Amino acid sequence: MVVVPVLLWSGDASEPVDENAVGAERAEAVARTCAACHGTKGGFETDIPSLAGKPEAVLEAQLLAFKRDEMPGATVMPRLTRGYEDDELRAVARYFASLEAN
Amino acid sequence: MGLLGAGTLLAAGGLRVYAGRPSHAHVAVVGGGFGGATAAKYLKILKPDLDVTLIEPNRRYYTCPFTNLYLGGLRDFESLGHDYRELQEDYGVRVVPDFAEDVDVDGRRLKLAEGSEIAWDRLILSPGIDFRWGALEGYDEAAAEKAPHAWKAGPQTHLLRRQLEEMEDGGTFVLVAPENPFRCPPGPYERVSLIAHYLKRNKPRSKVLLLDSKDNFSKQGLFMEGWEEHYGEMVEWVGLSNDGRVIRVDPDRLEVETEFGTIHRASVLNVVPPQKAGLIAHRAGVTDESGWVPVDPNTFQSRKAPGVYVIGDATEAAPMPKSGFVANNHGKVTAAAVVADLEERAVPKPTWANTCYSVIAPEWGITVANVYEVHDGELREVPGSGGVSPSGAPADFRRNEARYAEAWYAAISQDVWGTRPPG
Ligand SMILES: Cc1cc2nc3c(=O)[nH]c(=O)nc-3n(C[C@H](O)[C@H](O)[C@H](O)COP(=O)(O)OP(=O)(O)OC[C@H]3O[C@@H](n4cnc5c(N)ncnc54)[C@H](O)[C@@H]3O)c2cc1C
Repeated sequence: MVVVPVLLWSGDASEPVDENAVGAERAEAVARTCAACHGTKGGFETDIPSLAGKPEAVLEAQLLAFKRDEMPGATVMPRLTRGYEDDELRAVARYFASLEAN
Repeated sequence: MGLLGAGTLLAAGGLRVYAGRPSHAHVAVVGGGFGGATAAKYLKILKPDLDVTLIEPNRRYYTCPFTNLYLGGLRDFESLGHDYRELQEDYGVRVVPDFAEDVDVDGRRLKLAEGSEIAWDRLILSPGIDFRWGALEGYDEAAAEKAPHAWKAGPQTHLLRRQLEEMEDGGTFVLVAPENPFRCPPGPYERVSLIAHYLKRNKPRSKVLLLDSKDNFSKQGLFMEGWEEHYGEMVEWVGLSNDGRVIRVDPDRLEVETEFGTIHRASVLNVVPPQKAGLIAHRAGVTDESGWVPVDPNTFQSRKAPGVYVIGDATEAAPMPKSGFVANNHGKVTAAAVVADLEERAVPKPTWANTCYSVIAPEWGITVANVYEVHDGELREVPGSGGVSPSGAPADFRRNEARYAEAWYAAISQDVWGTRPPG
């Protein structure tokens, strides 16, 4: 494991890093939120679909369509996707696509 | 060595102290509910060589989510129970079935009820809520045996269900709802909905009365619309301005008195009492005068005790609600913050979301959803995100949200505890 000391723990309010580019760490942080409905690592299939291993282009198109309210009958996803930048949604699509399908 | 198993056991005057393996950081997590079990699992996912000990007295955890469906006759109680085998066997979390009694912040020790101690490098507390017994006159622990709260899942939930089954047709079910903040803001309203469902089917001459210390509540318009649609006159809600605030409970007569002196008599009385953070948070000295725990919004590290993190219902995390969904998300964000801290890396930018499903009737669900961030050192909703289900939506929209509620329950249970059948 590579440990890069950037900021030492200072006891009180730690300042988070705000990366401009959406890196893997950010994508995974957002994706962890999705797990509450889609299962750990997006890999749990119910009436709510599993996301792991789905094609990136499909996931990306769907996430952006939710955000733009272009998915008729959608329930919570438009309200949730509006909380993220387009680039974050693209990075999340890439992350779930990279996982093994269950 | 029994339950504590292998690891470094320091003998200190006959006391057993578990400290994890040498040269591995040790994180102790108190509470195996939505927040704590999630934090323990994700600590191991994020940093498998970490030693993680989860302290939880119950071998099986029953969720509050979906107890309202049980009360309404729509769900089997055992389907709400989850155990810790998957966390232990698949993720390598050490689970200690004990109750944490005290925290020594400076010495970084946790004292357990059975007498052993745990030495930690970082501590995460997710103890949920305790009740402020007596804060509502007449409502103490003994009163809850007659007028249940059923706001923690278990014997109280069964007691309330039994009382509903024994209630006569034509009786009145009364629910007393507290001021903010409290566990599960839409919970009281979902509960009266599903109890109305049960009564409509089985005791149709009965009434449901909700006495509220507030004038506004979560998803209010949608609940009102659903009550009208499904239960008509059966459900009555009385808010603060209409003398809804209960100031005294008489558990023997099953009577409550409101601010302006109205006495309401119940056939079955359900009191959701005022609340505070769970006991261990007070013992650790991390609460403030409100009874809840102030935290650094980026990490949920205590503002009072370095190295101690607090998550879930026990925290002051408004505008995030005290929900299982949020506690699960706290667990992940704080696990990442703890790992970054241990590795001396910058703390990742946090992100949380919430979706609270409420079921008003079979095939009739509603939601509130939000995304949260830190802005200028404060938690807030991401502008432009979130909101509630549309009002006046067609029946198939409500049916889908009820279906997704069931799917959400299965998925979050998988994410927190796993899917092993009861062993
Ligand atoms: C009727 C009702 C319906 C609800 N419905 C929903 C819903 O649909 N969706 C939703 O998201 N949320 C819902 N909630 C809210 C949800 O239950 C809570 O927000 C959630 O449980 C909070 O998680 P937590 O980890 O903070 O606490 P808990 O889940 O309560 O976990 C705390 C755990 O810590 C343990 N513990 C406490 N003190 C100690 C100690 N000193 N040592 C060791 N262990 C300790 C306890 O035994 C417990 O297992 C509902 C709540 C109620 C009451």
